[in-house]
Amino acid sequence: MRRLCALVLLAAAWCAHAAEGPAPLKLWHAYRGGEEKALLEATNLYTKETGVRVDLLALPYDAYAAKLTNAIPHGAGPDVFIFNHERLRNFHSQNLVAPTRGAFRREDYFSNTVEALEVDGQVYGYPMSLKSLALYVNTKLVPRPPTTTAELLALLPTLSNPAEGRFGLAYESGDFYFHAPFLFGFDGKLFDEAGKASFDTPGMARSLAFVKKLQDEKLMPQEVSGALVKTLFNDGRAAMIISGPWFAGEIAPSVAYRVVALPTVSETGTPLRPFLGVEAAFVTARTEQASTAHELARFLSLGEASRVRTTLGRQIPADVQAYQLQAVKDDTLISSFREAAVNATPMPNTLEMARVWEPMKLTLRAVLQGGAQPEDAGALADRRYRALHRERPPEANPVPWLGLVGVMAVGGTAWVLRRPAPGMTFRQRYPDVARAATYVAPAAVGLLVLVFIPFSVGLGLSLFHHEAGQYTFVGLANFVDILASRGYSITEPLSFYFTLVVTLLWAAVNVVLHVSIGLGLALLLKDPLLKLRGVYRVLLIIPWAVPNYITALMWKGMFHQQFGAINGLLVALGLEPVSWFTRFSTAFAANVATNTWLGFPFMMVVALGALQSIPPELYEAAEVDGASRWTQFRHITLPLLKPAMLPAVILGSVWTFNMFNIIYLVSGGEPGGATDILVSEAFRWAFQRNEQYGFAAAYSVLIFVVLLGWSVFTKRLMRTEEAA
Amino acid sequence: MKKPSGLKMAFIHAGLSLMCMVTLYPVLWVVKMALSPSDGLSLTANPFPDAVTFDHFREVLLSTDVHGRWVFGRQVLSSIIVSGATTVVGLTLAVTAAYALSRFRFPGKEGGMQALLITQMFPATLMLVPIYSILQKLRLLDSLTGLVLVYATTALPFCIWMLKGYFDTLPRELEEAAVMDGATPLQVFLRVVLPLARPALAVTALFSFMTAWNEFVLAATLINDPTRFTLPVALQRYVGEYKVEWGKFAACALVVSAPVMALFFALQKHLVGGLTAGGVKG
Repeated sequence: MRRLCALVLLAAAWCAHAAEGPAPLKLWHAYRGGEEKALLEATNLYTKETGVRVDLLALPYDAYAAKLTNAIPHGAGPDVFIFNHERLRNFHSQNLVAPTRGAFRREDYFSNTVEALEVDGQVYGYPMSLKSLALYVNTKLVPRPPTTTAELLALLPTLSNPAEGRFGLAYESGDFYFHAPFLFGFDGKLFDEAGKASFDTPGMARSLAFVKKLQDEKLMPQEVSGALVKTLFNDGRAAMIISGPWFAGEIAPSVAYRVVALPTVSETGTPLRPFLGVEAAFVTARTEQASTAHELARFLSLGEASRVRTTLGRQIPADVQAYQLQAVKDDTLISSFREAAVNATPMPNTLEMARVWEPMKLTLRAVLQGGAQPEDAGALADRRYRALHRERPPEANPVPWLGLVGVMAVGGTAWVLRRPAPGMTFRQRYPDVARAATYVAPAAVGLLVLVFIPFSVGLGLSLFHHEAGQYTFVGLANFVDILASRGYSITEPLSFYFTLVVTLLWAAVNVVLHVSIGLGLALLLKDPLLKLRGVYRVLLIIPWAVPNYITALMWKGMFHQQFGAINGLLVALGLEPVSWFTRFSTAFAANVATNTWLGFPFMMVVALGALQSIPPELYEAAEVDGASRWTQFRHITLPLLKPAMLPAVILGSVWTFNMFNIIYLVSGGEPGGATDILVSEAFRWAFQRNEQYGFAAAYSVLIFVVLLGWSVFTKRLMRTEEAA
Repeated sequence: MKKPSGLKMAFIHAGLSLMCMVTLYPVLWVVKMALSPSDGLSLTANPFPDAVTFDHFREVLLSTDVHGRWVFGRQVLSSIIVSGATTVVGLTLAVTAAYALSRFRFPGKEGGMQALLITQMFPATLMLVPIYSILQKLRLLDSLTGLVLVYATTALPFCIWMLKGYFDTLPRELEEAAVMDGATPLQVFLRVVLPLARPALAVTALFSFMTAWNEFVLAATLINDPTRFTLPVALQRYVGEYKVEWGKFAACALVVSAPVMALFFALQKHLVGGLTAGGVKG
């Protein structure tokens, strides 16, 4: 029966693999809701007109860019994809996108949208829609929307009541995309004449001080997420919010609202200027159906398709003609956003732009959470920026390395061959080699292909620098940079040593808690006569059964400052709610609490098994000898637990050391990357800081070395155990 | 052993109940979010819902893609296929390899065991880039088969170590006796060794199943077709960057966790023996 099941499952897996039809045009996007429906409708129109089928794939936004850069060079990507223009330079340098051609005409679109898609005078991509920010106003609460910041400041106190959870304004204040309007409104600049990012400007300080004041006077909430903005606005607890066109679909039907341009800063006379993003349909460089792909991309950006995207998808079209349509003229949301976009600053499509997000986010949060003063923030961002975006190290000559590898290979072989000749023949020493080989081979092949090869590639990668698809051999430069802590002092969160100390602390605290709680519970549970023993045991292993990324998200929600259960408990006990992720100690504690909840059941089960294997006669004998409870625990329980617990502790410590999900999802490294551990830091270098795979691989190798040292140490522990 | 006094029993029960409450609180909180009509969070300590609705479950379970196809059913099916096949493939590979490592002498055995442990120390996320290229060379991208192979092999080191430890504790005399009775080596393995190792097999199977059922980074990267997504990837769509749909997230999280919990409950008796028997003798 079991074998039959296995066969059926395997067959099913193969069928799922084999069921691939002929290839229509593949279109990737990250739309949801109305935008997605509109895109489907638009592609249906295209299919009706041309007979060419289009396969749509909706991807989660977080995974989208990485997936494109992985898939397209391997020929596994789409023919056309929809993306914001600000990553264009990156896509272009990796040779992922093709320039527009054929029927493309500049005058069909607003000129700034076409300019946004230019690289070296060539246009890549067909502009589809504009994305920028505007002010959504609850008309019941605010009949006359403010046009200047002075009016806004006068209005906010009357609309806010923090005790009731009401706020005059709400937006995702910790996100630089939402802060940018303030930066530009206070005449701040992000790039100097040479196109290099520079943060230390008076505009930056003034904009941060303004926002910080709004938050400190409780005119807007702290630690705002998109979900919170939505909840507050729909409950009528936020009178005004700042968001983009996509938010229109999230508003409850009961809320009456208007969309207006962001107010003008009274001190400077400059309007709050959001970024202008252009969403475009890009044709991939590797497509095999180039002419139809271009046709589809152009079709989606113009005419009937832009009408559908406007009316059904609520997008702001880049197509000039669309605004002549009656349906679009009548649509106040679309026209308001079009007007609001007049003030918007087109986001540069340079590589430099992609580099400002993380330093700005860290700085913004540091200011809002009180970790830095607005006037010092610019310098802080500058330093972070320089640390995160390393210049490419000088190229190294790979020949000595190849030579070294060669010498090591020869030396290794020689060493193996010259080992003292055994007294027995090979066959005598290993009588069952043939059988062993048949048993081990399947696992060995699998491990070789999918574990050891990727592992060796990872090791090798650490000697390279990766930038925009290009690998350069740099020898040990990555390691030197990491170990010399180049760019920051060793007491800063971005330094390897700081992260290493945090990681060791993290692993030690967790393992101690896991083992002591697990052992304590096992001692309570061990008595076979205990009533409800089975029930307790079942309830206590639940945390182990919950997938750990769910655990992480769940606890992240529970630690939310304004709406989390933990602060709910504190308030119920008459205590002040805590802002968990603004200080290292509390953020670290939140991570530890989550991981402890997750990890103690494993230790409990192991300890329980070990306790049950101790023969009760030992205790009876001790009892007869008059040994106290404590003496019994010290001299019988602990020594006999050790052999079972030691491997579990070692395994547990390795797991905790590399516990990525909890850190990444619960604290996310806040505040300022201080609670990041080595693994999450390596992940950020690989996937969030311009894909510096080589640098990330060097981090991984160092993690590996640390754990290897740990395993040598524990092996010695185990050996003394055996000797004892 | 002496029968403990009533007072001590009361103390034990109090301690365990308290711990159970701590353990259950977050779970109840998720249940509350899943059942509450509003889609947001609210600052209360009370883990019980004020009002109950099954809308979130209905929306999650009946979710369709833009073509109106019922995707949730397909995603459940692909989760079951992937996890089932991973368990079968992983267990087969692990059992044979562990048996060989426990019983036979062959060159490279010690080194092999060490190498297995060492692979556990390299961060998995960094292997993503090479694994992607390898699967693409094998033409296994965007296929459940590829995913199964990756899951089965990445779980292998732990499974082999566990099973090897357990096999080491099984007395060889039983196998020798079976050989005396005329059993072939294969019969010995299938009829004598495997039945004896049932608790460890159960735990290893559970572990392989969980690896596949819960994993989402690889699944999200390697699979393109939404109808082939596994459930954790499906769950991801409720936790967008700008919009977290807490109600649906909670409902989906419960649906995803339920099968693993059920398996845990079914196998929990084996859990205690299976995990430690190997460890006790090192």
